[in-house]
Amino acid sequence: MIPIALTVNGVRHEAEVEPRTLLVDFLRDDLGLTGTKIGCDTSLCGACTIHLDGHAVKSCTVLAVQADGSEVTTIEGLARGGDLHPLQEAFWEHHALQCGFCTPGMIMTGVELLGTNGDRLTEAEIRRGLEGNICRCTGYQHIVEAVHAAAGEVTR
Amino acid sequence: MTTQVEEQTTTSVIGARMKRVEDPRMITGAAKYLDDLKLPGMAYVAILRSPYAHARINGIDTSKAEAHPGVVGVYTGKDFEHLNALPCAWQASGADNFVATPRALEIDRVTFTGAGVAAVVAETRAAAEDALSLIEVDWEPLEVVVDLERAVEEGAPQLHEAAERNIVMDWHCGDENATGKALEGAEVVIEQRLVNQRLLPTPLEPRGAAAQHEPSTGEYTVWMTSQAPHVMRLLMTAFVFGIPETKMRCISPAVGGGFGTKIFLYPEYVLVAALAEKTGRPVKWMESRSENYTATTHGRDHVTYLKVGAKRDGTITALDAKTYANLGGILSTIAPGIPTTLYGRMLSGAYRIPNIHCQVLGVYTNTGMVDAYRGAGRPEATYVVERAVDLVARELDLDPVEVRRRNFIPPDAFPYDPVGILAGLEYDTGDYEKALSRALEMVGYEDFRAEQAAAREEGRYLGIGFSTYVEICGVAPSAWIGVGGQGWGAGLWESANVRVHLTGKVVVTTGSQSHGQGHETTVSQVVASELGVPVEDVTVESSDTLGTPFGYGTYGSRSAAVGTVAVYNALQRIKAKARRVAAHMLEVDVDDVEYEGGRAFVKGSPATAKTIQEIAGAAALGYDLPPGEEPFLDDTSYYDPPNCTFPFGTHIAVVEVEGETGEVKLLRYVAVDDVGKVINPLIVDGQVQGGIVQGVAQALWEGAVYDENGQLLTSSLMEYAVPKADVFPKIELDRTETPTDVNPLGVKGAGETGTIASTPAAVNAVVDALAPLGIRHIDMPLTPERVWRAMQEARG
Repeated sequence: MIPIALTVNGVRHEAEVEPRTLLVDFLRDDLGLTGTKIGCDTSLCGACTIHLDGHAVKSCTVLAVQADGSEVTTIEGLARGGDLHPLQEAFWEHHALQCGFCTPGMIMTGVELLGTNGDRLTEAEIRRGLEGNICRCTGYQHIVEAVHAAAGEVTR
Repeated sequence: MTTQVEEQTTTSVIGARMKRVEDPRMITGAAKYLDDLKLPGMAYVAILRSPYAHARINGIDTSKAEAHPGVVGVYTGKDFEHLNALPCAWQASGADNFVATPRALEIDRVTFTGAGVAAVVAETRAAAEDALSLIEVDWEPLEVVVDLERAVEEGAPQLHEAAERNIVMDWHCGDENATGKALEGAEVVIEQRLVNQRLLPTPLEPRGAAAQHEPSTGEYTVWMTSQAPHVMRLLMTAFVFGIPETKMRCISPAVGGGFGTKIFLYPEYVLVAALAEKTGRPVKWMESRSENYTATTHGRDHVTYLKVGAKRDGTITALDAKTYANLGGILSTIAPGIPTTLYGRMLSGAYRIPNIHCQVLGVYTNTGMVDAYRGAGRPEATYVVERAVDLVARELDLDPVEVRRRNFIPPDAFPYDPVGILAGLEYDTGDYEKALSRALEMVGYEDFRAEQAAAREEGRYLGIGFSTYVEICGVAPSAWIGVGGQGWGAGLWESANVRVHLTGKVVVTTGSQSHGQGHETTVSQVVASELGVPVEDVTVESSDTLGTPFGYGTYGSRSAAVGTVAVYNALQRIKAKARRVAAHMLEVDVDDVEYEGGRAFVKGSPATAKTIQEIAGAAALGYDLPPGEEPFLDDTSYYDPPNCTFPFGTHIAVVEVEGETGEVKLLRYVAVDDVGKVINPLIVDGQVQGGIVQGVAQALWEGAVYDENGQLLTSSLMEYAVPKADVFPKIELDRTETPTDVNPLGVKGAGETGTIASTPAAVNAVVDALAPLGIRHIDMPLTPERVWRAMQEARG
């Protein structure tokens, strides 16, 4: 077992983990933050996307020990002080989710996308930017609309 | 971008583009799905699956696995011999069905790669998975047959003793003689072999189950990723465990997509419940994506020999389809019903075809189970019919739009009986031309043909493809679908209980089960409209067999057309009672009281009124009720529809095929659907868009591939081409609205139209693009390689 210490959604955690423990399993099983989902075995679906030191990463592709000393934000930490993040609001407004299983990862990827390009995002850039996250329900159109709407909102 | 979400109003919210009430918990990560469940003292299950597609099990040695640290127990099929094999609940009607179904764990033989043969229960998921590799199975591999048409040949390996030549059933519908004669006498006959390839449904959440067992009462509680928890309980208790249904409670937590795959009773659900009893521990099993691809049901997988006869003016005179339907190595819950009732009976499409015959051979092969996948039979039928119409148009050098128009069932022909192949049902309502002309206007058809002609001059391949589909949903009248009719082993009515609590807050419990469709919102809108309460005063509960009335669940686009009608009917009786209670409170005759907008008032004197909240309070307290009136506003409806519903529409795909590489670029996608009355346009748009992308994905990208040994080569998202955000243009949607007369809400159902309609539209577009090369058909998926090869062959 290896000791690690990291900050998740603003709360510092110290724990001992098996070297092989994936960050996603640590978040879900050890910290009970089950908002982050697992949808594949191959780092392709993006349901487990979180922010690690400010960047969207697939938490099934990171070992918990690699996150030692890091700052992690999960979907549970996105709304601040009870206020939804503008992208969460936009997902709701534009019906950008159906079953909701891809939604946490999709939102975490979308939030990074907003941060990098802001309101200059074109539809093509949004579609390319979401390429690492699979949604089987929506056909993506409402998701793209939601990101587009939030892009204006975030930079305003 | 302007927001289209309207303010929530207390009345007339049917038809409002309202944002969903279930979303806040999903956008914050608070929604609890199966794998988010952690029971005190819970152990974890991992399943050893067959690496062979066909093999005998000569023995299993579990001793090393049992000795592994953290292992609670290791179990094989012999530990569950006392449990029955799973039922096949929908067998093809009017045919002998040679049924072989899975057991919790297979005991002596496996017939597909991925069949479960042993299970480890351990303190952690990792320990359970580690121990799997320590189980030693003495396998005796047997000869394998994967190809559908090879499987029915003499001398092919036999999968199940009773099923000669691996035929599950040989089913017919329509008039074989008349169709044969009509084909003989037809001015033109076109023949085509059509492959509708196998698909991996891929809900983003794989399957899972958790269970606990209470020895003192003998009661099981089973959580499962299910679209139909009541049906699961029925099948598990009555058919597999042989215990009263009161001894089992089934719960579907939030379900991360299903697309049909989560309708069925699976071996793992039975296994997990049995393991909870055996180990005395709460247990959980969660499937990985690769398990999902091998052990969860697949969809489609037909080979069809089509013959279509027509007059030279394009009038279709006969259609004959001989279809081989691959049902896999063993039968899933409703496997034989899908390629029969939901396929063969829809082969008239939107057209008046005087002679139709269909033969379906259900076939066992050493591949994964095949069952309903979004659309379930109707996408396969629509593909055959819509390709047939295009083949006729091509053969006769006619415009495919004109051939459609020539054969459309006209609006005045409804209700329409498609020459008896619907076995007593009739298409309810339709105006196919209206949807077609709107779609043509949106796409700018004449301009497109001019643009296409110009592009062809430049050696570019532009194409347009149509699908003027009709489908069947709102399944189904129980007498029609049941054992005396279509062979479904139960009814297909739906239930709803509506309770108006003392405060006027409304709780609806339903037997249907949302897994992404937004039932909480839709049902709330119906309640708010009918009862005149604010939407936020309505709570919708489902998913748990404890506390909800029995219901058949969500599939076949039935939750709006059957489920919400049950809600509506219960509300009518609630309103009638509210009027009686109000009349008593107002000291007037009940006939003088009207109910509207959340108030019961005296006719002609609207100020003399009681609100629903006041009435509900009086009814709940019961201090002062009309003589003979029972307290409380509470009603349960079991609604059995008199007919199915038949949505329709026109989908148009516009593509360009790259001449050098065969790559298909989707340029535009236009869809005009008619799903009857729309309760929530925002939700319907979402359903249609998602369905379109899934359906086009079959046409262009997706396909499950087995090698000749029965190994699934597309066993992860690395190999299976699920569409991503950047492969589709913006979908252009519109609707026409032709209400059904089957139910009082006028709703038809919208969950599957996109998937049903879109596949042939995309294929027709590619074939149209390649018309200058003389190409008249390419089998799906139309990958660059397939298209390039077809082009090379055509160019000589």
